[in-house]
Amino acid sequence: MIKEVYITETNCITPIGFDVTSNIKNIGDEVSGIQLHDKPKLFHVPFYASIIDDADLDLAFAKITAATHYSRLEKMMILALDPIIKKAKFVFSERTGFLLSTTKGNVTALENQNLESAYLHQLAQTIADFFKFKTEPIVVSNACVSGILAVSVAKRLLQAEVFDNVFIVAGDEISKFILSGFNSFQAMSDLPCKPYSINRTGVTLGEAAAAVLVSSNKENAKIKVIGDGSINDANHISGPSRTGEGLFRSIQSALAEAKINSSQIDYISAHGTATLYNDEMEAIALNRLGLENVPVNSLKGFYGHTLGASGLLETVIGIQSVQESKLFVSLGFDTIGVSQPIHIIEKNEDKNIRYFLKTASGFGGCNTAVLFEKVN
Amino acid sequence: MAANRTYIKSFCTIQNNQISLNGETVFGTEQTVFTDFSKKAYQFLEMNYPKFFKMDNLSKLAFLGAELLLRTKGESSKENNTALVFANKSSSLDTDVKYQNSISDTENYYPSPAVFVYTLPNICLGEISIKHQLKSENSFFIFADYNPEFMEKYSNILLKTQKADKVLCGWVEYYKEEYKAFLYVVDTKDELEHNQELLKKLYKH
Repeated sequence: MIKEVYITETNCITPIGFDVTSNIKNIGDEVSGIQLHDKPKLFHVPFYASIIDDADLDLAFAKITAATHYSRLEKMMILALDPIIKKAKFVFSERTGFLLSTTKGNVTALENQNLESAYLHQLAQTIADFFKFKTEPIVVSNACVSGILAVSVAKRLLQAEVFDNVFIVAGDEISKFILSGFNSFQAMSDLPCKPYSINRTGVTLGEAAAAVLVSSNKENAKIKVIGDGSINDANHISGPSRTGEGLFRSIQSALAEAKINSSQIDYISAHGTATLYNDEMEAIALNRLGLENVPVNSLKGFYGHTLGASGLLETVIGIQSVQESKLFVSLGFDTIGVSQPIHIIEKNEDKNIRYFLKTASGFGGCNTAVLFEKVN
Repeated sequence: MAANRTYIKSFCTIQNNQISLNGETVFGTEQTVFTDFSKKAYQFLEMNYPKFFKMDNLSKLAFLGAELLLRTKGESSKENNTALVFANKSSSLDTDVKYQNSISDTENYYPSPAVFVYTLPNICLGEISIKHQLKSENSFFIFADYNPEFMEKYSNILLKTQKADKVLCGWVEYYKEEYKAFLYVVDTKDELEHNQELLKKLYKH
């Protein structure tokens, strides 16, 4: 008998709120974190992005500790984990895992030639030391699927009985590094991103941290993790497969493990970066699986693309959708701009959701799909 | 749960301008820089794959290791469910530093997408997947040191849950000419029993 795996606690730190409740309130009111920023130190011209206010971050962080030597990203991650660790009523042991997911971590440290801080294991150790985890941190760094892949990895480690509980934190921050990089790919939108729209022109970047507790203990379960897959396109390192092959196979793998049919899925929280190729690829993959009529949204219109945080942040919001029986609008969408029909959520509505699918795709041809089931 | 045994089918090490396969040195050069060594290794392996020269050093290192272990004759059309589970210490830091240098100075600002794409450690998994047409599970992890314990457990999970038929594991560390690759294929049948002690021994070899 394979162990059952649950997510029992969630939290997120974003420009539209420092807890899940305020994020859900703002999403419900269609308040986006994306704004026009004029920050020459980050980018040479004004740009749209979803950025956490420094003063807000420092104020919230000061309530947790008087220490001031932490980087912005470390503060975000500590703030995301802190309440769920306080709520968890068990003592950390060798059976408590800690997973950190990020794509670029403290890459801004390179601006000051601070090489040591740029190491991802160093970042993970800093967070682990703050909370006094007993086990060595595991870092997942798999481009833009990192956040959701961490859920899959945690589930597998619980099922293999390596741990009884795994805390995950996922985070990435806006930097000159990533802004210039996405811009060099001509992948940045000059207006707030519009996932799946005919008018989409690319990505809006964002920053966030999200945290969850994945447990084999059903007590306080918010949702059950029932299947996952993380399969490569084997096609191109910087563009998705035209046929959505890796995403298609990742979803198939998750469905097979969960022993459900694609027709049973009630809601999909997709990747939806608003680049021409990504959104088109997802529409093709979803159609190949007969998922074209399932309500789907991208939360990038609220948060921008938060890289290694996105998959976990969007899972946290998706779990809330299931718990509150609500489908949230795919902000920025107007007229369908992908070649295959998909059912974009155009306004907030009530719906009972039993099966929820979260997907993501990224550079290197990676894809991840995780299936969740409502817990009664 | 039944304790299904898993085995190491083959393994290779790339370090100090030398390549060894299953414990035997198969290729080596005089002391030289990695770009030169990797080019000679490419020629030795008789690869006809010009994309190799566009890769960053981390990808070249991982790619050469995978080539040694995955080249098969006459099996190319067969679906091959070999998962990739890789890890290292320095992530893509070698290329991160290179990219950072291209954007630090406003007078000399030349961010390149061809460099930026390699500022992700998992790109090497994409390169290997494309070459060997592996539409399979893949994930990249970062640890402070070589971590046979995690690699053993995670690859066994993939085999046991039938997410993969075989797993290509790799520790692929590259930072500023300091490099070491240790790759091995884990299978459900063969002779060398897959366990942490053996992985520690082979890594040191």
